Amino acid sequence: MSNSSSRYWQRNKRYLLILLILWFVVSYGFGILLAPLLDHIRVGGFKLGFWFAQQGSIYAFVAIIFVYVYLMNKLDKSYTEEDGA
Amino acid sequence: MDVQTWTYIIVGINFPIYIGIAIWSKAGSTGEFYVAGGGVHPLANGMATAADWMSAASFISMAGLISFMGYDGAVYLMGWTGGYVLLALLLAPYLRKFGKFTVPDFIGDRYYSNLARTVAVVCALFVSFTYVSGQMRGVGVVFSRFLEVEINTGIFIGMGIVFFYAVMGGMKGITYTQVAQYCVLIFAFMVPVFFISIQLTGQFLPQLGFGAQLSDSGNYLLDHLDGLHEQLGFTAYTDGSKSMQDVFFITAALMIGTAGLPHVIVRFFTVPRVKDARLSAGYALVFIAILYTTAPALAAFARTNLIHTVSDKSYQDMPEWFTKWEHTGLIQFEDKNQDGTIQYVANPEQNELIIDRDIMVLANPEIAQLPNWVIALVAAGGLAAALSTAAGLLLVISTAVSHDLIKKQINPTISEKGELMVARTAAAFAVVVAGYFGINPPDFVAAVVALAFGLAAASFFPAIVLGIFYSRMNKEGAITGMVVGLISMLLYILKFKFGFLGGGGPEDWWFGISPEGFGTVAMIINFVVAMVVSRVTPPPPPHIKEMIANIRRP
Repeated sequence: MSNSSSRYWQRNKRYLLILLILWFVVSYGFGILLAPLLDHIRVGGFKLGFWFAQQGSIYAFVAIIFVYVYLMNKLDKSYTEEDGA
Repeated sequence: MDVQTWTYIIVGINFPIYIGIAIWSKAGSTGEFYVAGGGVHPLANGMATAADWMSAASFISMAGLISFMGYDGAVYLMGWTGGYVLLALLLAPYLRKFGKFTVPDFIGDRYYSNLARTVAVVCALFVSFTYVSGQMRGVGVVFSRFLEVEINTGIFIGMGIVFFYAVMGGMKGITYTQVAQYCVLIFAFMVPVFFISIQLTGQFLPQLGFGAQLSDSGNYLLDHLDGLHEQLGFTAYTDGSKSMQDVFFITAALMIGTAGLPHVIVRFFTVPRVKDARLSAGYALVFIAILYTTAPALAAFARTNLIHTVSDKSYQDMPEWFTKWEHTGLIQFEDKNQDGTIQYVANPEQNELIIDRDIMVLANPEIAQLPNWVIALVAAGGLAAALSTAAGLLLVISTAVSHDLIKKQINPTISEKGELMVARTAAAFAVVVAGYFGINPPDFVAAVVALAFGLAAASFFPAIVLGIFYSRMNKEGAITGMVVGLISMLLYILKFKFGFLGGGGPEDWWFGISPEGFGTVAMIINFVVAMVVSRVTPPPPPHIKEMIANIRRP
């Protein structure tokens, strides 16, 4: 693997790690494991844990994918520039 | 105009559109038949994926299920959306870069083994057939209810339509009909909910109405619903009754199963570039999230409306829809204490009303007294949801046969024309088999759906992820992993769903994990076995390492 390819792959893996931690926290964390605790906090008519389980986690999933799309498009661009040079 | 006329008009406009699209996008080559020539715009692929993914179950049953499960319904909401994060981050871009036609293609090539390919084909066939029989049944139910024909007649009509565009158009035909079907189904799902949200809470957006105050009393909807539940002896709506670890494991099994389902994965082979695969996974989730964030709101609205309408009310005063659904057997009332009023309570000794979850969506517009055209729209939406998913599954089945079995293993010298012919024949055959299961549903359908997700989670997901992220993974590891994962999943289901091997009830579940959630455990078993076996067997040959390096580059 060339130097730039391996840098590209390392960077990709770091993005994945961070985003998957976020993915875990909003769903399994806030929506399930911490839900009984968060239910003591209220936002409008929602208990917060319940909101994460039935609404918030889904919004977060969408955001996570688009952040990844953005980061990777940027990374792809710098990779092709570096590789071309 | 009455509901029936409206239904004929709306369904009558939709079907020629689907067929017209199929004729316009007829597949001319195997590339077009399998992956639509790889030229689908990411936005169109996102819509098609959403329609492909959201089945009759998502459209008709899910909101009803949630409405009876309360908080626990989150397993479906998170489970059936969170898998797209895994798809977009861990699978779709690399599989697109690999750039063949099917999931068994990847498994077979990456693990340089036709045995691995065959295991993958068997899994793909099993998962898809399980799923598709449920879809044909859904088509039959919707037809029979709204067009007042026999369920079986409904299934025949559905088979005819799917036959036409899946067999003729292949992936290309399916993709563009699915785009149209997505539009129909999402419109049909949302319109009644907007109405109901405004009626109950004065909020236009159901996602906001869900957490808003009721227009009549000023109490928050969810507090009011929790109160009603308490009065009638049910667990509070926002609490749920499953154990925390079971919720955790079921959610995980559904997420990972979603990411491992071949008919979803194959959609990402149809876009032109790697970056399009990532982007279209994002679009797909947006389109899915529109329905999936609305469904829990609808569930809460419908639950409130239902309790208000029936609880402690006189049977004589029940509205027309109540008796209409009683005829279908989906509502059953037995006046146990002979007082002429309906007691709808948690205690099974005193409860007098049994409600099928499916009518929560189908009858919802009637319960909320919405105009007839809205009711007809829901019928068209249900049909679109069932037909689009059925078509996607049938394509996976036909591809598995013509490409992965015939072309790759039995007769590699088959001509392009011959292969296309086999693909069409296999699709036609699959339609007939699916129709048969729709007409004679095996009574274990509900049990095998859990199995379908479990199998996808226990077999495909680890094999693909390890294939991409762990270059040392060899064929010995991957095959043993898949086989052991599959077998452990099968045994657990056989034991706890079918009563073999001594059977057992919820108290015997390992660590309190239900069969629905066991896919997560089977997946972990697969990962562990694969890693251990690959350590003690020879590494993959050099050309595989090159292939992996290549799919990792953009």
